[in-house]
Amino acid sequence: MAVQRLRFTFPTDLIKEPVIYLIGQQFEVITNIRMADVDESTGWVILELEGDTDEIARSVAWAESRGVRVDPITGDVIEG
Amino acid sequence: MTYAQNLRCRECSRDYPLAALHVCEFCFGPLEVVYDDDGIKAAVSREAIASRPANLWRYREFLPCDADTAINIGAGFTPLIHAKNLGKALGLPNLYIKNDTANPTWSFKDRVVAIASSRARELGYEKLACASTGNLANSVSAHAAAAGMEAVVVIPNDLEAGKVLGSSIYSPTLVKVAGNYDAVNRLCAELAGTRNWAFVNVNVRPYYAEGSKTLGYEVAEQLGWRAPDHCVVPIASGSLFVKIRKGLNEFAKAGLIDEPHTRMSGAQATGCSPVATAWAEGSMNFRPQRPDTIAKSLAIGNPADGYYSLVQLKDTNGACASVSDDEIVAGMKLLAETEGIFAETAGGVTVASVKQLAAAGRIDPGELVVAFITGAGFKTAEAVADSLGPALEIDATVESFEAAYEDREGVPA
Repeated sequence: MAVQRLRFTFPTDLIKEPVIYLIGQQFEVITNIRMADVDESTGWVILELEGDTDEIARSVAWAESRGVRVDPITGDVIEG
Repeated sequence: MTYAQNLRCRECSRDYPLAALHVCEFCFGPLEVVYDDDGIKAAVSREAIASRPANLWRYREFLPCDADTAINIGAGFTPLIHAKNLGKALGLPNLYIKNDTANPTWSFKDRVVAIASSRARELGYEKLACASTGNLANSVSAHAAAAGMEAVVVIPNDLEAGKVLGSSIYSPTLVKVAGNYDAVNRLCAELAGTRNWAFVNVNVRPYYAEGSKTLGYEVAEQLGWRAPDHCVVPIASGSLFVKIRKGLNEFAKAGLIDEPHTRMSGAQATGCSPVATAWAEGSMNFRPQRPDTIAKSLAIGNPADGYYSLVQLKDTNGACASVSDDEIVAGMKLLAETEGIFAETAGGVTVASVKQLAAAGRIDPGELVVAFITGAGFKTAEAVADSLGPALEIDATVESFEAAYEDREGVPA
């Protein structure tokens, strides 16, 4: 089992969608909201995802396909 | 010995031991090294520092690892020159260039990697790793070679040839990744989380970031123990921008210089300008961008210290410029033609930004300005190759030379 901490950023048209609930329903991953800031137009959530590495990757790919931006919590890991 | 005491969260001030940790377990804020300030003040003096070898370890009291056993390939104490010709062109008579192309692997990354690699070895790591668009990979490869450590460097597969060669020569495990920027970034974050390696800018980032402070120390010492009025610094992750000021403030706290009132201004490429864009919009929240610029060493779309860079711009009455790829090339050529310094694209960003800020009245002509040039031009030769004048092609005769010399382009008849 692996744990990944990721920052999900939601565009306006996804604010009303239960994206995190659906991740837990559709994939074998445990979702744990650690921090969040959501208002009527935009929002971000720092999410811990626990599960098999491939299953986490599938759940992230699904979220991105819905329009969520997913980043490492520390910002970019690549540097100049 | 070191005066480092512990790590502390920049957001919630929770303390952590001096281990390989980089984010707060509670609020996910970044961790920073905290020092025994009184101990440092009692131990340092201008005379002691000035008597030591010309590298960054002369500031040993301010650094988080033992200088006596550090990995030292000669990073730091690079030239600070009074750029009179460039200053004349830009209307800034007190313009100085901090020329960090003069580091062992020709970029300022040698400063941060010197500290990160030394601390990683102290913590028992045998492998140094990084994900990089070039300069960092070069420096990690070189420091690992000198230390007898294994290096694993991960790079995108579309880098400039000079930057790939600059790593390969030290024989690291070089991993070229196919895929877009986000995919490469996520892969590297995952590797950093699963491998028990010292990823210099991830799990040992608090120590790594301390290396950038030495630019602040050096500029103050080289100016005769005073802080500049204004610094113009390229912003990638934002760490360098923030840490230069931290260095000036620490020198003041130790009694080595007067309290600094330095204005801090940033330089970004328009093709990757999350901080400059937020600044222009008057926002303290930046939006991540997908980079598209020739300045690949500044191509950080989601900068770790982006927010803190915006805070510093505001706190110091700074400004943030963004410049096009054409302006970057023009900046590289202007620096070379006026001061004899061949900088990489990031240097072009800095010079073009100084020009833009001066023209907009954001830099006072009376200020003592330091522009930071962070990497050497041969690493990104492709960026300017097509915009340079051709050589004179002649036969081996004086007549042929004279004919070609008289007809050369750009010279009035």
